Order: sequence, then structure tokens, then C-alpha cells
Amino acid sequence: MATNNRPLSPHLQVYRPQLTSTLSILHRMTGIALALGTLLLVWWLIAAATGPTAFDNVQNFIGSIFGRILLFGWSYALFYHLCNGIRHLVWDSGNGFELKTAYASGWLVVVASIVLTVICWIAGYAMQGGV
Amino acid sequence: MSIRTPLGRARGLGSAKTGTDHWWMQRVTALALIPLVIWFVVSMIIVTGADHETALAFIGSPINAVLLTLLIIATFYHGQLGLQVVIEDYIHSKWLEVALILLVKGAAIFLGVASVYAVIAIALGG
Ligand code: HEM
Repeated sequence: MATNNRPLSPHLQVYRPQLTSTLSILHRMTGIALALGTLLLVWWLIAAATGPTAFDNVQNFIGSIFGRILLFGWSYALFYHLCNGIRHLVWDSGNGFELKTAYASGWLVVVASIVLTVICWIAGYAMQGGV
Repeated sequence: MSIRTPLGRARGLGSAKTGTDHWWMQRVTALALIPLVIWFVVSMIIVTGADHETALAFIGSPINAVLLTLLIIATFYHGQLGLQVVIEDYIHSKWLEVALILLVKGAAIFLGVASVYAVIAIALGG
């Protein structure tokens, strides 16, 4: 099959970024980030099964500044991907495609993912009794 | 030359070789992940900063061990399907594409089995 002279769609860069396209690529990026984030869960579980020293190592890593920043990023990625994933599933059911609805649900995802992340970190620190 | 018509050859699953299974399982696992992830986040907030004993008690309790196992299976199944699509979209060298997909699937199986094993070891050991 000749692949060289076929018409190509313009490069993505020529399009003005819009809410819908930005949220779409964010879903992909958060999916990849979450796939990498599973490594932390795997490490946590295996360390717990291994013994107290191994477990302390993970807990110290998670508790460090770097660990907290990573965890914060992953928690936002998880909430974004969860909320936007639900938006995707609604589309898959054949609903929510009108332009106005797609924008409204997009903004809802942005707000909900930020609010959920903030609530979780406040709850997390409250459970630990402070920063 | 074959006397089969193009339609005859395209019947069944056609040149794609597979049906809607990949797409469908990505949605099924996504659906399963909604309650599992919510449960997981709430649980992690509760056990945050726990010492080893508390963590073992949490992971090893029957209901948590079952939910963790389901979460691990759904996550690696879903993540592996998703990464496959990303690789298919961006990697245009055939051998590299196949190699990366196999690597992702292998890693998902290895990490998934290791995590489930850890959960079961804790649940049965405690
Ligand atoms: C919280 C529950 C989750 C829901 C509701 C969900 C939902 C979805 C949906 C509907 C898609 C398909 C999007 C599309 O059609 O382009 C998707 C893609 C994906 N998900 Fe999730 N997901 C969840 C959790 C996760 C987790 C924990 C991971 C990490 C392993 C993950 C990794 C991915 C990846 C890598 C993709 C592919 C992205 C792409 O093709 O652009 N997801 N998710």
C-alpha cells in the first residue's frame, strides 16, 4: 500500500486549543500517569507483605516532600480521569453530544476534579492530625 | 485470483481480526473501577500514615482483601488496554509497536499477579 502520497490531516498544532480538545488529551495523559502510578500501589502492597522495614521505607517515601507532590499529582489525575471517564461513558451510551452539553459537562469535570482533590487532601491531613 | 467477492472476504471480523472486545472490555473495566476507586481513595485517606500493623490489618481483612484484589485486576486490565491504544496511535514502526505492547501486557500481568499475591499472603498470614 502506498503510504506516502495519501492526503494527511493537518498537524494538530494548527488548531486553536479548545476546552473539548484539551480535556480529551488530558484524559489520555492522566491515563498514562495513572498506569505509572500503579507502581506505587504495587510497591506499597509488596512492602507491607515483606515486613516492617520495607514498609517503613515506602511510608517514608510517600511522606517525603517529593512523595507528597507525586501523590498529589496522582490524586488529581485519578479524580480527573474518574470524572472525565464517567463523561466518556455517558457519551458511549449515546448521550451528551450537543455542543452546549459537551462544554457544560467539560467544565463540570474541571470543577469536580479540583474540588474532590482538595477535599481529599484536607480529609487526609485531618485524619493525620495536621500537616 | 480468488473468485471471492470483497464482501465475502470482509465478512466476520474482516481485516481488523478482532471484534469489539477490546473497546467493550475497556468500558466494562471502567465501569467496575468507578466504585472500586472511590472505595480505595476513602480507604487510603483513613489508613494514611499507618504503621505496619495497622496496614496489615487493613489489607488482610476479608472484605478489603477481596476489594483490593478486584481493584488490582480491573486497574491492570483497563490500564493495559488503554496503553495498547496509545502505543498503536503513536508508534509507527511495526516491530517496535508489537514489542511495546507485549512489554506493557507482560508488565501488567507481572505487577498484577505480584500485587494480588501480596494481598493474599497478608490476608492468609495474619
Ligand atoms: C476511576 C475509574 C476509571 C474510569 C471511569 C476510567 C474510564 C476510562 C475510559 C472511558 C477510557 C476510554 C477513553 C476513550 O474512549 O478515549 C479510559 C482510557 C484509559 N484509562 Fe481509564 N478509567 C478509570 C481508571 C483508570 C486507571 C486506574 C488507569 C491506570 C491504570 C487508567 C488508565 C487508562 C488509560 C491508559 C486509558 C487510555 C487513554 C487513551 O486511549 O487515550 N484508567 N479510561
